[in-house]
Amino acid sequence: MNVAGVLTTKKELSSRNELTEPLLVRWLLIAAALVFLGLFLLVPLAAVFSQALEKGFEAYLAALKEPDALAAIRLTLITAAISVPLNLIFGVVSAWSIAKFDFPGRSFLITLIDLPFSVSPVISGLIYVLLFGLQGWLGPWLQAHDIKIIFAVPGIILATIFVTFPFVARELIPLMESQGKDEEEAARVLGASGLQTFWRVTLPNIRWGILYGVILCNARAMGEFGAVSVVSGHVRGSTNTIPLHVEILYNEYNYVAAFAVASLLGMLAIVTLVAKSFVEWRIRTVKGEE
Amino acid sequence: MKKSQRHNVLPGFGLTLGYTIFYLCLIVLIPLSALVFKTATMSWGDFVAAVTAPRVMASYRVTFGAALLAAAINAVFGVLVAWVLVRYRFPGKRLVDALVDLPFALPTAVAGITLASVYAPNGWIGKLLEPHGIKVAYTPLGILVAMVFIGLPFVVRTVQPVLEEMEAELEEAAACLGANRLQTFVRVLFPVMLPSILTGFALSFARAVGEYGSIIFIAGNMPMVSEITPLLIITKLEQYDYAGATAIASVMLLASFIMLFAVNLLQKWSRRFAG
Amino acid sequence: MSIEVRNITKSFGGFTALKDVSVNIPTGELIALLGPSGCGKTSLLRIIAGLETPDQGSIHFHGADTTGRDVRERKVGFVFQHYALFKHMTVFDNIAFGLQVRPRKTRPSKNIIADKVHELIRLVQLEGMADRYPSQLSGGQRQRVALARALAVEPQVLLLDEPFGALDARVRQELRRWLRRLHDELHITSVFVTHDQEEALEVADRVVIMNAGQVEQAGTPEDVYDHPATPFVYNFLGNVNLFHGRVDQGQAKMGAMELSTPELAAVPDRPAVGYVRPHDLELERTYSDSSSVEAAVRHIHAVGPIVRIELERGDTFETMEAELTKDAYQKLALLVGERIFVRPRKYRVFVDDYQI
Repeated sequence: MNVAGVLTTKKELSSRNELTEPLLVRWLLIAAALVFLGLFLLVPLAAVFSQALEKGFEAYLAALKEPDALAAIRLTLITAAISVPLNLIFGVVSAWSIAKFDFPGRSFLITLIDLPFSVSPVISGLIYVLLFGLQGWLGPWLQAHDIKIIFAVPGIILATIFVTFPFVARELIPLMESQGKDEEEAARVLGASGLQTFWRVTLPNIRWGILYGVILCNARAMGEFGAVSVVSGHVRGSTNTIPLHVEILYNEYNYVAAFAVASLLGMLAIVTLVAKSFVEWRIRTVKGEE
Repeated sequence: MKKSQRHNVLPGFGLTLGYTIFYLCLIVLIPLSALVFKTATMSWGDFVAAVTAPRVMASYRVTFGAALLAAAINAVFGVLVAWVLVRYRFPGKRLVDALVDLPFALPTAVAGITLASVYAPNGWIGKLLEPHGIKVAYTPLGILVAMVFIGLPFVVRTVQPVLEEMEAELEEAAACLGANRLQTFVRVLFPVMLPSILTGFALSFARAVGEYGSIIFIAGNMPMVSEITPLLIITKLEQYDYAGATAIASVMLLASFIMLFAVNLLQKWSRRFAG
Repeated sequence: MSIEVRNITKSFGGFTALKDVSVNIPTGELIALLGPSGCGKTSLLRIIAGLETPDQGSIHFHGADTTGRDVRERKVGFVFQHYALFKHMTVFDNIAFGLQVRPRKTRPSKNIIADKVHELIRLVQLEGMADRYPSQLSGGQRQRVALARALAVEPQVLLLDEPFGALDARVRQELRRWLRRLHDELHITSVFVTHDQEEALEVADRVVIMNAGQVEQAGTPEDVYDHPATPFVYNFLGNVNLFHGRVDQGQAKMGAMELSTPELAAVPDRPAVGYVRPHDLELERTYSDSSSVEAAVRHIHAVGPIVRIELERGDTFETMEAELTKDAYQKLALLVGERIFVRPRKYRVFVDDYQI
């Protein structure tokens, strides 16, 4: 920004602020907000990395290279790689049916889709135990056929799908609703097939919304703890995701290793926030251009 | 397409709605109904005994009490943060705005261990509080801190858009009519913000009630004192008391449905003056 | 109370909204600030109200400098373009707001407030609507609530920003006349902003025409319409025919048309534009003098009391429009395609030293 630009913003500021609080009140409020956020957000985030590097970079790397840690990372990646695409497909499909069509029970369906957000993660795990566990409905049948879901990887994936279920759909439904269906109808009138309409008209319009949903969905899928904790057998090296591995290390008082592994998730959080801000900025500029 | 779908020229309604409902049933509704059916197999007496045992009642008190308090704290500071972010300019504002979502992005287990270490007697903040006789980690106060952390974005994110869309003319009109800043805030701005504050409060409360990961590390988990209900469910499960766990879970589920309903009502209410 | 605007300059960033603007508004008058969007009229209104501060210049209410005075102390009533009604308050509470927020010492009692509000509700003809919310009112009703709310604090000056801008044509007409009657009753010094010339000319005692941050002309509606001071005002108020040519020492030549312009006697050979209102064009069957020009009748729109005739000049092939009364039209017995002579009865020539 050049000097003139700086002056311009200053000028606008002074004229826009004809009705605002006195400078002192303004700075007190800003200070109070920043202290609150600093205490509750910034300090804990900084603590993750500080604790991870407490014993030096060597110890940090060693904790990450440990076979159990690597196994946890692998399982977390697998879980996200399965649950995110499934929920992405669901999100797009459900948003198409809900946003582009009107039918009775539509708003109830939206509420149902949002349901997993209002269920405690512990309950999200519990319901799969009740379904597939040894004492559950399908438990005996599964045991007879030697299929293990609970305390095994499939259970972890199922619970993860449940807790991340609404992310993409809830971004896309309002977005596609606000876009209406004029463009799709125009494409149909011009002779496009249903799929052509979707690929060439709808998808380009919602791609940032999809990305937004996927970023949030992925962050939760990789970081879910409560639900996964219930269905995982907590077996080191085989049914531990990164968050569960962090828990085990922490409970063994191996703080440096726990925070080292946790710092991976901390970085994931930072990447998520940056990506999210970027996409929000993109969506705003796209809107601004229209 | 056999029939015309309400004169809609767009295809795929049956297919996409069918898939939506199928997937919804498979992942969400059938598993959730397992909880209901499992609860239904219990006798009424057993159920009541399971959900009203002294240790369970204590856990409700801790969980709901702390969640209520945390949501109240978040309502106050959430409005403050939203106000500051929308109304004022200061260096690093965009960074702060992005940081508000940290509790959504940071996995709960990480939040749990880092809050525990920061607020422990030898931690960064705990060290400062210790001399004043304030213990946060491993006490009910720790539960409150964790709940404030995870519920923080809700009020900010519900109030922020309302503040952004508020017409400047409303304040100008109030000023022309002689109202001072405080009167303008209390009588003109606050009523407009209120539905979104309450919505954020309810969301923050609901989230805190169900929260597990970020709390258990800092809570101390003393039965009757600092044991939250979700932890109690897990404890019962580990003791193979499936019925007991399920009964408590169904109470929690009911509570979250009530919250969900309340939020829906609030949103309807907030639209009553629109138009 | 009189308002005096002295040499106000205001810029937003790099954009200068007002350049050295001075306007005098005598007590009790209803003034229209008229101009195209972006001409600075709303900025001027907001500066008078105290919602913006000028970079230079001053505002005087009744002779006293109020430039630095806070908006809350100015005792102005401001009606916003989109009304800015408080949506969560009833009509009653909206109107009572200004009285209820007064400091305890000067605040009237509940009963007095209620009486006053009901009186205002009667004044703006909204009896029986006191308990409604703004969302339950029509646009015109909301406008009247906004007006009543502004009047409740007994302002010494009433300022209205595009008061009828958001209403449909019929309601607009009705409310316009009603505002005029209301002003005749209350006699509060009032300023309203509009981009609609018809509205300004019909309602206001005096019209201030603004363009690009400056005042082009101020005067009574008749004055500004009949004697536009600048080419801009000619263009902006009503239809006008333009004749392009040159002026040299008091004589303008536009194609075959020659007009005498004694007021430009001192101007040496320069490009010039002549402005003639359609109703100031005389149509004749015979050539009378050198100010006449031959033209062909292209179209005749004979609907209504005024007949509009589209003409094509024989010399430059430019299009002109003339307006005749039905009587004159019938006397002439014009037909499409005929050739006749056109002579400006009244005209004004400006030296073309700027681009529109």
